[in-house]
Amino acid sequence: MKAPPDFGVDDDALIDVTLPTDLHSVKEPEGRIMAALQRCGYDADTTFAIKLAFEEAVTNAAKHGNRNDRSKRIDVRYYVDPRRVVIMVRDEGCGFCPDKVPDPTADENLERPSGRGIMLIQSYMTKVCYRDNGKEVWMLKENPACGA
Amino acid sequence: MEQPSSHLKIKQVGEVSVVEFADRKILEELSIQEIGEELKHLAESQPGVKLLLNFDNVHHLASAALGMLITLHKRVQEQQGLLKLSNINRQIFQVFKITRLNRVFDIYDTGDQALDAFKQG
Repeated sequence: MKAPPDFGVDDDALIDVTLPTDLHSVKEPEGRIMAALQRCGYDADTTFAIKLAFEEAVTNAAKHGNRNDRSKRIDVRYYVDPRRVVIMVRDEGCGFCPDKVPDPTADENLERPSGRGIMLIQSYMTKVCYRDNGKEVWMLKENPACGA
Repeated sequence: MEQPSSHLKIKQVGEVSVVEFADRKILEELSIQEIGEELKHLAESQPGVKLLLNFDNVHHLASAALGMLITLHKRVQEQQGLLKLSNINRQIFQVFKITRLNRVFDIYDTGDQALDAFKQG
């Protein structure tokens, strides 16, 4: 569970949290990340983007990865500084191939009720990297105010 | 007349059922399912239903809520009804734009503009 080298974060700097497969459990680490963003002076739009991406990643891990099996866990690693935010979410599911998820913005898929979480993460974050057959997603958001 | 509901505030303005959301964040799976059920009930309450969803109070929206809105949209269309959305804040509207759902839904800046549009059919 090491960060991709181009994400610019030392492994030792990452904070580790283990969550049960319960979407309510996201609130505690999310609160800590939001507080760190505020301390580091991130603007409202960037904070919105990070919050949305984190929630979608944890929702995907719980629902599609762990299939709401409460005996399985979700691992989170995160790092926040004034220049960048790095977040990892890992589930205990069977994995998936992100490239094979249908494009929800294609005309034929526009009215499908699901499949938008991954593309929203991709749209809002600066870099997204899937590892271990999609069980692990690393997300980097650079602070636009820093021109990072 | 306003009807009490756990997640929704519903009032009737002429022929239009105007729905406001009690929750600032429409995030949790269970809440989204419950909201979807309430809206489904409303959509099926009469043929040709006219439904306006006012997002004034909503500051955050999960992608699962978008799915719920798409399902509702289909149901309203099956009933030969009309569904319009209004008062979506800039950040959430961006989510609709990224997912291209601004092309699927009839979205207005204000509730009054949406109500006028219902009068024009």
